[in-house]
Amino acid sequence: MKITNKLIEKHGLKPEEYKAIKKLMQREPNFLELGIFSAMWNEHCSYKSSRIHLKKLPTTGKQVIQGPGENAGVIDVGDDDAIIFKIESHNHPSYIEPYQGAATGVGGILRDVFTMGARPIALLNSIHFGSPNHKKTKSLLNGVVSGIGGYGNCIGIPTVAGETKFNETYNENILVNAMAVGHAKKDKIFYSKAKGVNKSVVYVGSKTGRDGIHGASMASAEFDENSEEKKPTVQVGDPFTEKLLMEACLELMKDNSIISIQDMGAAGLTSSSVEMASKGELGIELELDRIPCREENMTPYEMMLSESQERMLIILEDGKEQDAKKIFDKWDLDFVVIGKTTDTKNLTLKYNNKIEGEIPIEALASKAPIYDRKWSKKKPTNEKVDLKNLKKIKIEDALIKILSSPNHSNKSWITNQYDQSVMCDTIQKSGSDAAIIRIHNKDKAIAVSVDSSANYCKSHPITGGKQIVCENWRNLITVGAKPLAITNCLNFGNPENNEIMGEFTECLQGIKEACEFLNYPVVSGNVSFYNGTNKKNIFPTPVIGGVGLIKKLSQPLNHYFKGNNNKLILIGKTFGHLEQSCFLKENYSIDIGMPPEINLFNEKNNGDSLLKLIEKNLVLSSHDISNGGLITALAEMAINSEYGAKIQKPKKLTNLFRYFFGEDQARYIIEIKANNLSKVEKILKDNDTYYENIGHTQKEFFEIEGEMKFSTKDLFKINNEWYNSY
Amino acid sequence: MKSSVIVFPGSNCDRDIAVALEKMQFKNKMVWHKETKLPKSDLIVIPGGFSYGDYLRSGAIAGKSLIIDEVIKAANSGCLILGICNGFQILTETGLLKGTLLRNKNLKFINKDIHIKVLNNNTKFSKKYKNDQVLKINIAHNEGNFFTDSKHLEKLNKENLIAFKYCDEKGNINESSNPNGSLDNIAGIFNSNKNILGMMPHPERMMDEIISNKDGVNLFSSLMN
Repeated sequence: MKITNKLIEKHGLKPEEYKAIKKLMQREPNFLELGIFSAMWNEHCSYKSSRIHLKKLPTTGKQVIQGPGENAGVIDVGDDDAIIFKIESHNHPSYIEPYQGAATGVGGILRDVFTMGARPIALLNSIHFGSPNHKKTKSLLNGVVSGIGGYGNCIGIPTVAGETKFNETYNENILVNAMAVGHAKKDKIFYSKAKGVNKSVVYVGSKTGRDGIHGASMASAEFDENSEEKKPTVQVGDPFTEKLLMEACLELMKDNSIISIQDMGAAGLTSSSVEMASKGELGIELELDRIPCREENMTPYEMMLSESQERMLIILEDGKEQDAKKIFDKWDLDFVVIGKTTDTKNLTLKYNNKIEGEIPIEALASKAPIYDRKWSKKKPTNEKVDLKNLKKIKIEDALIKILSSPNHSNKSWITNQYDQSVMCDTIQKSGSDAAIIRIHNKDKAIAVSVDSSANYCKSHPITGGKQIVCENWRNLITVGAKPLAITNCLNFGNPENNEIMGEFTECLQGIKEACEFLNYPVVSGNVSFYNGTNKKNIFPTPVIGGVGLIKKLSQPLNHYFKGNNNKLILIGKTFGHLEQSCFLKENYSIDIGMPPEINLFNEKNNGDSLLKLIEKNLVLSSHDISNGGLITALAEMAINSEYGAKIQKPKKLTNLFRYFFGEDQARYIIEIKANNLSKVEKILKDNDTYYENIGHTQKEFFEIEGEMKFSTKDLFKINNEWYNSY
Repeated sequence: MKSSVIVFPGSNCDRDIAVALEKMQFKNKMVWHKETKLPKSDLIVIPGGFSYGDYLRSGAIAGKSLIIDEVIKAANSGCLILGICNGFQILTETGLLKGTLLRNKNLKFINKDIHIKVLNNNTKFSKKYKNDQVLKINIAHNEGNFFTDSKHLEKLNKENLIAFKYCDEKGNINESSNPNGSLDNIAGIFNSNKNILGMMPHPERMMDEIISNKDGVNLFSSLMN
């Protein structure tokens, strides 16, 4: 086939990129080679717009065993235990085909984790939909939730936490981010770097079909009115096969036959083979006639670009082929030696003994383009809300509005569709600040949470970037875990647009500052650009997934009130910041001004102090204060509990709306026994931590003295209506 | 007591049940579905999961697998058989238990803690429970909506073969305490000889206070002696 300009464009390559290809190849590529370049050089695989910025993130620390660059990040959780985790986006496919898109998102991230030798122990997700009133939202929500559940439930990994948000910015481009967390022994971690020449390259798992061809390129372009036609580029998942593949791989990993292993994710066989060879500074030769195919007459082009799921590439030690094959036979999976490593540093593709394509590995990997794209700074706004000019409302009505809104309603309609309990190590499920998973057979646990704040990031990306890291950190602290490391999924619009690139650069700047200050490094992640349709970009939506350690298991800590007449303490200072708040958005549809300021010193100090209280068993329940402010956090502690609270009016800040709905950061509410009050106050004072006594728990009613009173049952009702009537 | 857990491709509660059995001092063996011989066992457990990916119909393919012939033989000679969730579905496919499990009434997968009532504590599976005792227990299934014909239902009632019924916290058995649409709120049944129990809820998930509660423990301790 002749390489025309049209064909180049169809492959998502710019004219100057094609020129660079010719220079690297010192000739014109053929059709197969063009396809391979397109698969490796697209944004999704090459990170060409983000790479120089990602390098600035902190990725090291005592707790880090493996940072970004591998299939997933690895951290040390003491003894001989390692936790392996990563988050990844599957936004574009999920919009086109919600069930399969979401399902294969889960499947893909699970492979990243078990490829490295970990048994997956938890799944999380962050899903963002358009306005509930948009015509597609309901079916997308249904499809995505069933897809996530369908995959996780079948493979038998508990889906333990997540967030679901609605905002019209996602009307035409939803976000589906899936995170997987696995457990491995520190000395049994597997990497993708190839070693040694003439080693067998083995294909295992499902057969290759025509599904998902150019999936990664599709994910590297904006949507337009013809996006529906891209359905054939969405992969189809089979969790049953993945379960077999997972068990077979984990069985093979028990001995020492694997040199390197890599799952076939985006850009399938192409990216997996190039990655392994590139890291090992080797060449790789594949005989494509040996690829197990699901369909007849598949061409080398189709085989190399297929994104069929549930496949792996393994490089084996000499002489291990037969024993390895026995394991895959047992699990009824394909196992075929399809090639070998070479010293040519080329990707060599043979079909019927003829070389169909040959490309220098470095042209596909290290020499792929890297762009320092133009970006513009976001100017801080000084828009302020003047409460006096707004229509008067009652505090209780404002609270009802928030608790019954789609973004704050109880999400058990969703979480009841996920198996959260399989594997019998889930100590705390969805609905708390963080989920808690026991390390199997051990007396310790990890806490996990995913968070995002697109509104904050939109209004001021640096502050927003800091805020999500802090919020995620707080969510782990409140359940008594020491936060160790994060993974991030960076969902943004079109990077060729200066403003969007600015949002990206500045959000990362914020993430970097917070991670550095909190010693909370980034160990893995994923970038998803081109989220938008017809030039309309989504709000910048970086999602943070954090993992923390609970060294010694005791009764799990959550945010539900535990008893009568216990003291309630508010940790952290309240300034009454209402700009970008949920209060203004839900009650007045106002979203102006800056997000609340982040003071990293207070953030760290308040969190560390709370951890000290928890470690001394002084805390009965604790909750971080985020969207909706103090009153919403208190209401959440009363919902699902037989106890409510009696809260005094503030002594200093006189505007009740600012006090109760303000979204100032670095704040927590804790419930403690009355007779522990002096102990708790001493620790907080000794650690220079600002706090206020705000009231006490009481039976049945949530009350603000002289202002409002709800029964906890009514709160529950208000909070549980939306999903069931949607 | 010796137990065997049958493992099909796609079983995913096999480890959970093995942990529970070992905790209760069973000497347990895992048995791969391609085996043609069972180790000597006092109890055979068919665990939950998605055997064969639920393809064709949940439990249908597993019900025809090699090891099942041995399970049927053992069952007919009085060996105790426990099928949980997908295991219950498989037992109905083999004919060892009558009835069938349909799609949940709301057409969605359901995972939550619900309550069940013990209806017959005069069996080897349930003797450590009290009659009418209410257990809080986890369910996780797509197809748990028990259905059978009126003749079988009559027999179940007459011969006291209903093991558990879904109920509320206080033990009320009614439509609102029925999570999946099961006929008469039935959550688990015995065969006529009461050596086979099939149930949708997961007792192996209720073995540990820090994870959930210990409401499943007595099922296994009943079997122990």
